[in-house]
Amino acid sequence: MLAVETVDLIKDYLEGFWRKRPKRALEGLNLCVERGEIFGLLGPNGAGKTTTLKILLRLIFPSSGTARILGKDIADVSVHHRIGYLPEQPYFYDHLTAEEFLNFAGELFGLPASERRRRVASLLERVGLEESRNVPLRKFSKGMVQRVGIAQALINDPELVFLDEPMSGLDPLGRREVRDLILELRATGKTVFFSTHILSDAESLCDRVAILHRGRLQGCGELRKILALGVSSTEIILEDPRPTVLKELDRYAPSAVKTGERVRLEIPSESDVPKVLEIALRHHTKLVSVNPVKKSLEDYFMAQIGKKPATSNEKEEVRTREGRV
Amino acid sequence: MKSVRRIAVIALQNFKESVRERVLYNLIVFALLLIGAAILFGRISVGVEQIILVNLGLSSISAFGLLMAIFIGISLVWKEIDRRTIYSILAKPVRRPEFIIGKYFGLVGTLLINTAIMTTGFYVALLYDKGRLELSDFRALGAVYMILLQLALVVGVALLFSCISTPILSAVFTLCVYVIGNFLNDIRWFGQETNSAWVEKLTTFLYYLLPNFGNFNVISRTAHGESVPGYLLLSNSLYTLLYLAILISAAILIFEEREFR
Repeated sequence: MLAVETVDLIKDYLEGFWRKRPKRALEGLNLCVERGEIFGLLGPNGAGKTTTLKILLRLIFPSSGTARILGKDIADVSVHHRIGYLPEQPYFYDHLTAEEFLNFAGELFGLPASERRRRVASLLERVGLEESRNVPLRKFSKGMVQRVGIAQALINDPELVFLDEPMSGLDPLGRREVRDLILELRATGKTVFFSTHILSDAESLCDRVAILHRGRLQGCGELRKILALGVSSTEIILEDPRPTVLKELDRYAPSAVKTGERVRLEIPSESDVPKVLEIALRHHTKLVSVNPVKKSLEDYFMAQIGKKPATSNEKEEVRTREGRV
Repeated sequence: MKSVRRIAVIALQNFKESVRERVLYNLIVFALLLIGAAILFGRISVGVEQIILVNLGLSSISAFGLLMAIFIGISLVWKEIDRRTIYSILAKPVRRPEFIIGKYFGLVGTLLINTAIMTTGFYVALLYDKGRLELSDFRALGAVYMILLQLALVVGVALLFSCISTPILSAVFTLCVYVIGNFLNDIRWFGQETNSAWVEKLTTFLYYLLPNFGNFNVISRTAHGESVPGYLLLSNSLYTLLYLAILISAAILIFEEREFR
């Protein structure tokens, strides 16, 4: 059973005061999120990430198409017992303290008082708000509210957690803690579905990512495959090579940059790497490092959203590997 | 059963939120001051001291209760949407009708407590003025009950408008409904006297469409020592229940279709 599945999901917003005109926010979205994985929904602002999450949580309704969460149609609110949700830029009842709010959230799930007390205490500790448990939320900083938001999303020990821009408003330490928390959730078998436009977060966390741009799915795949696809060249650094060596290497390494005593060579073809190494060793040149230069998620992202054209082979390969996307 | 519990949780949360509104305390203080002032007005009204005191005291409870009902009622749903607190609530196993009903009962609970405080103030004023309270003085509780029914209806109207409009427009609409609702009997009579078929149809339509708040006004007769007849208490209770069922159902229908962008 999939954690999340959307089929041909379309969302049109009606805009205009007198003459309402539909504006397409989501264009036939097909997504499959496996259970137990960290899935990242990426895209620039206005791409349709929050729209997708809101449809899944029934905060807005799809114009057409269907979606299922944990095997149940999204119209079935009972599935909300098994999910958690952190909204983008959350705001909660500011007259309540963090402890009161989490208790309220637990009550909505029908948790017994003893279990509520235990979970509230444990979550406050987990998100680092133990000291501020009795402070009204109106006195909280943005980062602290975000932490409360994460705690309330986990109050019911959900199987699937939706996090909309979870790192937003957090300082570097907070981001690190949330990253650890997300990894910890996966380790305990939970599924995490999060949206972000911060690619480094996705790169360090996700098992799979989908890229949305202007409401359209531009690509979807396993992160390691996407990044492996992008090995574009190999970087070899040599220590003080003689000019004759460099001359010999010229045909394999069109780009050679000298920095101090070291020379950095970029070898475009992977098959030329052994030849370069053989020449260097034959001339007793000291080898400093050999590194594959991988395409970053950012490169892939930019290619997918059309800022820099991706080769059709790359796109096709990811699509074929992922099946129906 | 679980649904009832969730409604109770939302109602309690809304109650907590409402009682922490500063404007509420200001209104209660004003109401108590006015009830206190009623003693003074009573003293300078020779022969009708108690009539003035009861009239002014109950009118203060009604007027300030109305202000509270409108001011808090109009932002009941709107504030949740505007501040986006609703996102995290509806993502939990809370059905939209449960949310609306919970919000409604939360505010009615707040009004119940405030009315109780103002009524206590009223009886303290009465005790101060008369030196002792008699059983007949508690006839005024019938009028207080009618005021509560009226407030429950006003909250229903405000809740409905809160689902579709901004607080300012909701306040205007609710106040209009309240004012027109107080004169519905007169409006209908006016329609019948005009000899114009369409005016009569219009006034009759308004008479049946809008809540008839005039039926709840028993302050004057209570001030003159009359008790509120049992049939009136019963019929107005049933009328309020029926009308509220319609108002809350309409609010739920609108809220069920509402999107939170």
